[in-house]
Amino acid sequence: MRYLPLTDDDRRQMLAAIGVATVDELFRDVPAAARLPAPVDLPRHAGECAVERTLGAMARKNLSPSEVPCFLGAGIYRHHVPAAVDHLIQRGEFLTAYTPYQPEVSQGTLQYLFEFQTQVAMITGMEVANASMYDGATVCAEAVMMAARVSRRNRVVVSGGLHPHYLDVVRTYARFLGLDCVDLPPDWAGDEDLAPSIDGATACVAVQNPDFYGRVHDYSALAQRCQEAGALLVVTVTEPVSLGLLKPPGEMGADIVAAEGQGLGGAPSFGGPTVGLMAARNKFVRQLPGRLVGETVDVDGRRGYVLTLSTREQHIRREKATSNICTNSGLCALAFTIHLTLLGEHGFRQLAQLNHATAVSLADRLAKVPGIEVLNETYFNEFTLRLPKPGAGVVEALAERGILGGVPVSRFHPEREEVRNLMLVAASELTTEDDAAAFADALEEVL
Amino acid sequence: MAETASGNKALFVEEPLIFEQGDDATSGVDLPAPPTVKNRLGGLEREGRIGLPGLAEPEVVRHYLRLSQRNYSIDGGFYPLGSCTMKYNPRLNEKMARLKGLGDLHPLQPMSTVQGALELIDTLAHWLKVLTGMPAVAMTPAAGAHGELTGLMTIRAAHEDRGDARKRVLVPESAHGTNPASAAACGYEVDPVPANDRGRVDLAALKAKLGPDVAALMLTNPNTCGLFETDILEIAAAVHGAGAYFYCDGANLNAIVGRVRPGDLGIDCMHMNLHKTFSTPHGGGGPGSGPVVLSAPLAPFAPLPYVVHGAEGFRLVEHYTESDAKPFGRVKGFHGQFGVFVRALAYMMSMGADGLRQVAEDAVLNANYLLARLSGDLTPSFEGPCMHEALFDDRFLKDTGVSTLDFAKALIDEGFHPMTMYFPLVVHGAMLMEPTETESKGTLDAYIASVKALAARAKAGEADYFHQAPVHSPRRRLDETAAARKPVLRWAK
Amino acid sequence: MAITRFTKEHEWVRIEGDEGVVGITSYAQEQLGDLVYIELPEIGAEIAAGDQLAVVESVKAASEVYSPVSGTVAATNQAVADNPAQVNADPLGEGWFVRLKLRDPDEAEGLMDEDAYAVYCEGLA
Repeated sequence: MRYLPLTDDDRRQMLAAIGVATVDELFRDVPAAARLPAPVDLPRHAGECAVERTLGAMARKNLSPSEVPCFLGAGIYRHHVPAAVDHLIQRGEFLTAYTPYQPEVSQGTLQYLFEFQTQVAMITGMEVANASMYDGATVCAEAVMMAARVSRRNRVVVSGGLHPHYLDVVRTYARFLGLDCVDLPPDWAGDEDLAPSIDGATACVAVQNPDFYGRVHDYSALAQRCQEAGALLVVTVTEPVSLGLLKPPGEMGADIVAAEGQGLGGAPSFGGPTVGLMAARNKFVRQLPGRLVGETVDVDGRRGYVLTLSTREQHIRREKATSNICTNSGLCALAFTIHLTLLGEHGFRQLAQLNHATAVSLADRLAKVPGIEVLNETYFNEFTLRLPKPGAGVVEALAERGILGGVPVSRFHPEREEVRNLMLVAASELTTEDDAAAFADALEEVL
Repeated sequence: MAETASGNKALFVEEPLIFEQGDDATSGVDLPAPPTVKNRLGGLEREGRIGLPGLAEPEVVRHYLRLSQRNYSIDGGFYPLGSCTMKYNPRLNEKMARLKGLGDLHPLQPMSTVQGALELIDTLAHWLKVLTGMPAVAMTPAAGAHGELTGLMTIRAAHEDRGDARKRVLVPESAHGTNPASAAACGYEVDPVPANDRGRVDLAALKAKLGPDVAALMLTNPNTCGLFETDILEIAAAVHGAGAYFYCDGANLNAIVGRVRPGDLGIDCMHMNLHKTFSTPHGGGGPGSGPVVLSAPLAPFAPLPYVVHGAEGFRLVEHYTESDAKPFGRVKGFHGQFGVFVRALAYMMSMGADGLRQVAEDAVLNANYLLARLSGDLTPSFEGPCMHEALFDDRFLKDTGVSTLDFAKALIDEGFHPMTMYFPLVVHGAMLMEPTETESKGTLDAYIASVKALAARAKAGEADYFHQAPVHSPRRRLDETAAARKPVLRWAK
Repeated sequence: MAITRFTKEHEWVRIEGDEGVVGITSYAQEQLGDLVYIELPEIGAEIAAGDQLAVVESVKAASEVYSPVSGTVAATNQAVADNPAQVNADPLGEGWFVRLKLRDPDEAEGLMDEDAYAVYCEGLA
């Protein structure tokens, strides 16, 4: 078997060195009744060729978004990832390294994470960022828990403009931790008022920008209201590319930013793995979950980087840690930081501008389709359409015509009549004029 | 040795931060000019510079290539980190995860267009259930610690469903830090259980702590001393007798995969680290994936979403209202770490039932070979064979002036990654070595020779050699105290 | 003359009239190593003997500091929060943590005196 270097002769020599006759003797601490006498009932080993055939067959049963016009977003965004990104993250020194616990031989990982932290802080407009979390939804939950620790309060208010998966994760974490979660109904109409829900018991308010339905917000007044009430403002971002064009959460007065980073460097990969971005005000740094890389010097006085403030973490603080997180999303953070480094200031802004302009062109084109209404007055690269019939059936009919048309809001809220005809539509630099025309034509056919 | 004018050392070239290179205008990506449109940003455009540096593509590639050369990696050398299972990460896995129709799939495509992806999740779930002898599996947790939290939430939901609000979780002192941290995040109080002098759970102490307020025992098996819990069947019976559930931390599954099924040990709940046992890369700290297998009493409470198979093919159950069970909620966005699933399944299919059994045998054989060959020079903490990892303590360094840390740093100069140090906490100055099955006898022999030479050196009174180490790495020992006292967590002009 | 008393958790308290000055012992700072962070209580906080009074952190460890006696926090030593190394340098002097207004100045009587504490530490080695 190709991944196992020991030969039978090696095994014999090693058993002799150990002083046992068979490998079975090494398993003698296992209760006899629990020792399997033979392999389990699964296929036997297979060569590369056979595995490729099996998995390739599964892949071909799917409709590949690379091959058809695709307008799906709602938290996962398709972008063009430069070839250098995937090449570099597959270098064995990055791909097959462990968490950088031995800094003398991990400066590569540590330096890119330090650069990553800096980039995340810069684009969110925050003072400090950690070295990544699992994904946007779990960061949002961690941000809410962190706000509860900082404020020493236990009521969290969640906007109806938050991604429904994020809300579900926040709700789940809050329930088990004993936090009171006040979640407002889905804000598809964009007329939510959070202020009345904020009082002296509120730990934080969690909002999203652009919100789930695509609208762009200025949360400065809300930040002010939170500050007066002693609550923290958590701003969630699901599309990092939007930060190239929009006023960042830090400039609106956010206390914690919880973001999904997949849109830079990451493949959609059916929703995971991705990378959670977490940034905050400096004064909360000791309440941050996850790893932090800091600058220092070695004994020869040369600059280097180490994991720092580790006493927040589970391996030292155990049940008193700020979070249970250990493994995070190192390699996805690497892809993110390489993509952003390739873009640079100019490229990042231009990419965001291109996304926005493409979305505007698409929205204007779709608005001409009879029966369709674009709900948003503002958006970045995703907006909500009201269709004359249920969105779920429309996307199925579009898929039959080879178009991945959008995300029906009913997929998240099957029980809510009022969102049945709504569909989220995203555009990006990958969207061509032909794609937009094909989409508009197909919509006319199926409506 | 004289310093070079540049400060570089041949292949080790110093590399500044990206922020110390580049400029505003340069970009490594060519994009078309955006079409002219009336913007719909509502006056909320960003003003002023972000501060990002811009570099051309060759500069970017060189930057990250140079950084990569400062890392130790499993591709490059032996990485015997105990409890981390640093085995070889097959490149076929990477190729499969990037297939068109897998890597590029959007999670919200109509389910009719992702039947192959759902089949893949279902197939992986089947392999995991058969290998563990458990009836159900929750696939969505993002990593091991996330799996622990998910498992404990399942347990709490099951208790609460019966109106049984239990508050305590028992965790052995030797447990990984994530165990108590996960229990706390699930709203439980943590109650430590002592180890006996054989490195196993003290059964009498455990039984004394069990009671009507204990929700679960969280036990790692094989445990963090690299030992199989010999009393495990009695432990399971005692836990169940007290109305509690038996959670197993499956971080060390590599020792028993294909040879012992946790389901036969009375376990109710166990997470697996696909990035350990099933060869997906650690990536410098993730991403991972931590599916949790569940016993029949816990299965109905597994979180959303999950895949079912019916007359119309595969389907994701994403909502409580669509479920015929009692899912406790959702722990992650979308459907789990699909890209990691593809890699793990590629590995499992490559190894097969027969190969995975051989994995456990070779992993245990390699660890016992280290234990046997090093026992004369180092001090093993416990008697008898180990499972997949060998535990030593620092008694052999007594009065040498050399600490476990010094010893480990000297191994770096020898060209090896250090073993896990100072963990588990139950032995003094722990050195935990896990070779995994993907190392050859030749590699083990070279490592053994270095460890023996270093032990001899320590005993010969060469403490200063160890205090200086490492001297050949890209950086020498770093000042962690200064880093923590005045944290510098980002670059600033 | 002020009396100083010690706990098994390696805190000390020096009784000065109706106030007590609290810190950690030299043994404690040696065991912890270079301190990097100290979290002090808020002034005015009511503390009972055995309650958590402060948190001290080195690079690899974090420990709670428990109050040897009961009282109200009257002052905290901002200098050690700003420069934790001061505790390593002078644990029983400039490295003090908190000044408590004592609830019962006789409460410290039950704790170890300097000689008893020295014997206790020897027993730990």
